[in-house]
Amino acid sequence: MIKPHRWIIAGVMAAVWLVVPVSPVAAADVLTIGFTNSETGALNVDSIGQLNGFKLWRDQVNANGGVHAGSKSYQVNLVTYDDQSKPDRVQQLYGRLILQDNADFLFSPYSSGLTATAAIISEQYGKIMITTGASEDKTYQLGNKYLYEMYTPASAYLTGALDALKTVNPKARIAMAYADDAFAKAVATATRVYAKAIGMDLVFDEAYAPNTTDFGPLINKIISAKADALIGGGHYADGATLARQVYDHKAPLDFVSLLVAPDSPKFATLGEAATNVTAPSQWAPQATFKPDFGPDPKAFGDAYRTAYGSEPSYHAAGGYAAGLILQHAIEQAGTLDQDQVAAKLDQTNIEIFYGHVQFFTDPGRHGLQAGHSMVIVQWQKKGGQLVKEVIWPKAGATAPLAYPLR
Amino acid sequence: MIVSRSQHNTNNKLVFRPDGEDHPSESEHEPERRFMLGLFASMLDGVLVGAVYGLAASGLTLIWGVMDVINLTHGAMVTMGMFGVYLLFTETGLNPYAALVPVAALGFVAGVVVYWTAVHRVVGRPPLMSLLTTFAVNLMVIGTGTILWSTSPYNVDVNLPGFSLGDYTFTGNHLLAALAALIIAGGLSLFLGRTRLGKAIRAVAGNRMAAELMGIPSSQVLARAFGIGIALAALAGALIATLFPFTVLSGGSYELKSFVVTVLGGLGNPTGALAGGILLGLMEGGLTPFITVSWIPVIEFALFVAVLIAFPHGLFARRPRR
Amino acid sequence: MSPKKPFFWVLVAVIAVFLVPVLTNNVSLRESLLLAAIYIILTSNLNLMIGFTGYVNFGNIVFFGLGGYIGLYLVTAGGLPLVAAAALAGAAVGAIALVLGLGILRLRGAYFALATIGIVEAIQAFVANFEPWGGATGLYLSFQAYQALGGPREALWTVYLLLVAVMGLSLFLCYAVKNSRFGLALFAIREDEDTAAVLGVRTPLYKATAYSLSGILPAMAGALFFFKQGVIQPEQAFDLTLSTEAIVMLMLGGQGTVTGAALGAFLYEQFRGILLTSTVFSSFQLVIAGALLLVTVLFMPGGLMGWLHRRWPRLRKVLE
Repeated sequence: MIKPHRWIIAGVMAAVWLVVPVSPVAAADVLTIGFTNSETGALNVDSIGQLNGFKLWRDQVNANGGVHAGSKSYQVNLVTYDDQSKPDRVQQLYGRLILQDNADFLFSPYSSGLTATAAIISEQYGKIMITTGASEDKTYQLGNKYLYEMYTPASAYLTGALDALKTVNPKARIAMAYADDAFAKAVATATRVYAKAIGMDLVFDEAYAPNTTDFGPLINKIISAKADALIGGGHYADGATLARQVYDHKAPLDFVSLLVAPDSPKFATLGEAATNVTAPSQWAPQATFKPDFGPDPKAFGDAYRTAYGSEPSYHAAGGYAAGLILQHAIEQAGTLDQDQVAAKLDQTNIEIFYGHVQFFTDPGRHGLQAGHSMVIVQWQKKGGQLVKEVIWPKAGATAPLAYPLR
Repeated sequence: MIVSRSQHNTNNKLVFRPDGEDHPSESEHEPERRFMLGLFASMLDGVLVGAVYGLAASGLTLIWGVMDVINLTHGAMVTMGMFGVYLLFTETGLNPYAALVPVAALGFVAGVVVYWTAVHRVVGRPPLMSLLTTFAVNLMVIGTGTILWSTSPYNVDVNLPGFSLGDYTFTGNHLLAALAALIIAGGLSLFLGRTRLGKAIRAVAGNRMAAELMGIPSSQVLARAFGIGIALAALAGALIATLFPFTVLSGGSYELKSFVVTVLGGLGNPTGALAGGILLGLMEGGLTPFITVSWIPVIEFALFVAVLIAFPHGLFARRPRR
Repeated sequence: MSPKKPFFWVLVAVIAVFLVPVLTNNVSLRESLLLAAIYIILTSNLNLMIGFTGYVNFGNIVFFGLGGYIGLYLVTAGGLPLVAAAALAGAAVGAIALVLGLGILRLRGAYFALATIGIVEAIQAFVANFEPWGGATGLYLSFQAYQALGGPREALWTVYLLLVAVMGLSLFLCYAVKNSRFGLALFAIREDEDTAAVLGVRTPLYKATAYSLSGILPAMAGALFFFKQGVIQPEQAFDLTLSTEAIVMLMLGGQGTVTGAALGAFLYEQFRGILLTSTVFSSFQLVIAGALLLVTVLFMPGGLMGWLHRRWPRLRKVLE
């Protein structure tokens, strides 16, 4: 007769053996930075630029002898996984980066939504995470200790567009159609308040599901509202589709400003549908900042073009800048200790190729970006080619706003 | 949250705004006329897209009617149709509408293969079995598709000139897709009514045992019916790909739409499916001006469950079933 | 249940495995087993409907998601302690399921399966529009919420232990139902509902009770799990894929058996974990899961446990 107990004990032992993972061997003098990126899924276009920025920073730092902390030099090792643009994978993978890959520091994934979910894990385990490509304010207001944001907060994204529009048509009837996700919603909330404050007329205001592919019904409603201007969008996939369908439906709009999508060099492949579309941007290659640390804007742009053969988007600049700011803080602290590096990050107040960088340090909004500011770019037709020009603020403009749209 | 037309003065989510100040030259009735035109445009758009949904659902409902199998590979096959037309268009430069023919043929072959591998053994068994085998095939197809094309969006870049009513424009793509859906659905109806195979399919659907006794090789007929069902799904996918961007996972949401359409049109009733699709499109288009767009799926699926409970045989059911 | 019953020892053994990370203080093992526990909870409770009653419920995940939302809402907006919030979520979802069940269980077979898919989609779309629950962006927990349980480190262990307890309860519920008159009535419904009704089984009430019972523990698990995640969003909470994966696990392990459901879930999680970090392999996961499911349904409809039982009939008495 089978003795059940012995079988059960053997089964338990086998199961324990199955589930105990093998721990990786850690090499000396390597600084491991973990993050996920969206190689696939709806955010893949946006995420690539950011990844390129991280990689360019790593290559340049390692070629120059690594990150110097005290008497030691660390070669930077990036560990990354594909999060498929999905929050549940982000959480599992950040847990893995911390527990199994022994990441010393973290970068954020791309997008506010994914970063918000990653931030919970990084805070649970007390790891510093430099966030880039994530500007929604709420994440930084939940009482974090170790988050540092590279981007200007979401609330500022479309205010410039309203200012620019006001100079050409103060009576414009504005339609706002935005993705129902963390980032675009935060932008919309702030924009609604700002429009009222400067006396602009919001005649249509509606969210759409981020995975929307058929914007026909929404565009018909915008036309019915007799709007002259469209602001909103979300990320690349939905923004590019919206821009294309606005063009296909011949919507009678004079001004279009969309989040994120039009900043990507890929947006130019929309051709006519991209012409004169504007976008808020964290950074443009034409910038003229005088850096205290790291390359100047021109050197960064040249290195990026050499490495990847395309213009750097602001996502790419944000990625590189995230590495630079972390490097600066580690070198100031002279150690990899989380709390000492965090203390130096709290004190950050410098200008780099990306602009001024400083963080709020009061508990209610720790880590929010306090120094950086945004520009507005527009795709303009120059000699048959689409060129991305900076049109706002006027002080830094490379071309005047082209208005109306068509 | 739900914004009706009558609330427009107190809510910023406006459908239209009757304001004379900015446009003093407009007549008093202009806003109403404009609103009616907007509603009409929205409903017409709904009908055009709804016809394509109806086509997709006709494939699902044909298989259901003939062999009592809810085909959970449906969404995956819609996706295959999308990528079929995309690959033929980008790799060989074939016109997307001409590509419908090879897509349908490939869909038929794929359907027959799926029938013999996953469906044949479970026809007439408890519903769990066929639900699971077709779902298993769905997983394999979607997994393979994800390996090949990841889950990033794709686009069939084709733009046909359409026509305009006032400020509202209907693209040629929409018109042609709806037209193609109607022609294919008409063809299906003729095929089922007039051809030998079509009659055999209906005979097997009606009573498999009796059909077998009359000398109809019922398994062969079922395999072909399954092939036709899949071909219809692939065709619908191909047409959708000319309208909207898509990913490997898009088929899933059109499968859900097909369920809704199928229940509206009556399970097992291919011609009812087209009517169900157009009804759904009309409803979506008619509701759009009055409510926030994101509420439409809530209404749609709640209606789906309600109709299923109240009229399990569909709104236009002809024959009672269990 | 007494120590004389073999099932008692099975339960003890399973829980012992899940206590290994506590004894070795191994956090990454804990994370892996936490997911396994969730899968076992989902699968065991699904077993009540599919394995025992013969109704294919694609919407099992609704209980998990609603439980998560109710739980997180009670913690964030109501300031309730976690355990109370989870218990209330379980009770609320059980009540909702009872009412819902009396409606949709009038449908049979494939019609019922379709309706459950519709319910997942309707509720997901509704929650995505429901502003008190954060709409499409969902509900976020303040980082401070973990302080009530002694900081995040402690809180994660507490949540894990609570989930293991819910898992133990799920297995016990399965066992208890299987060996009760109520379970016998469910089996009668599974075999032939009309005959069962003629023989005096009050089928509508029994079915709805089974449906409601199968919702309570997943709802509690949802509240605990999403508290740990710190965020809940409609697409993750009402993920039709996870719901169908639970069916796959159940079939692999063996529907209708208590240990089979748990074994299928456990093996599936291990298999998934191996493939998690690779994009290509995570897609292969779908292909392999599909192939396994197809082969199981066509050639081994009893699943792993069914095969073991046939190979060693004595096991039937030990591993129910």
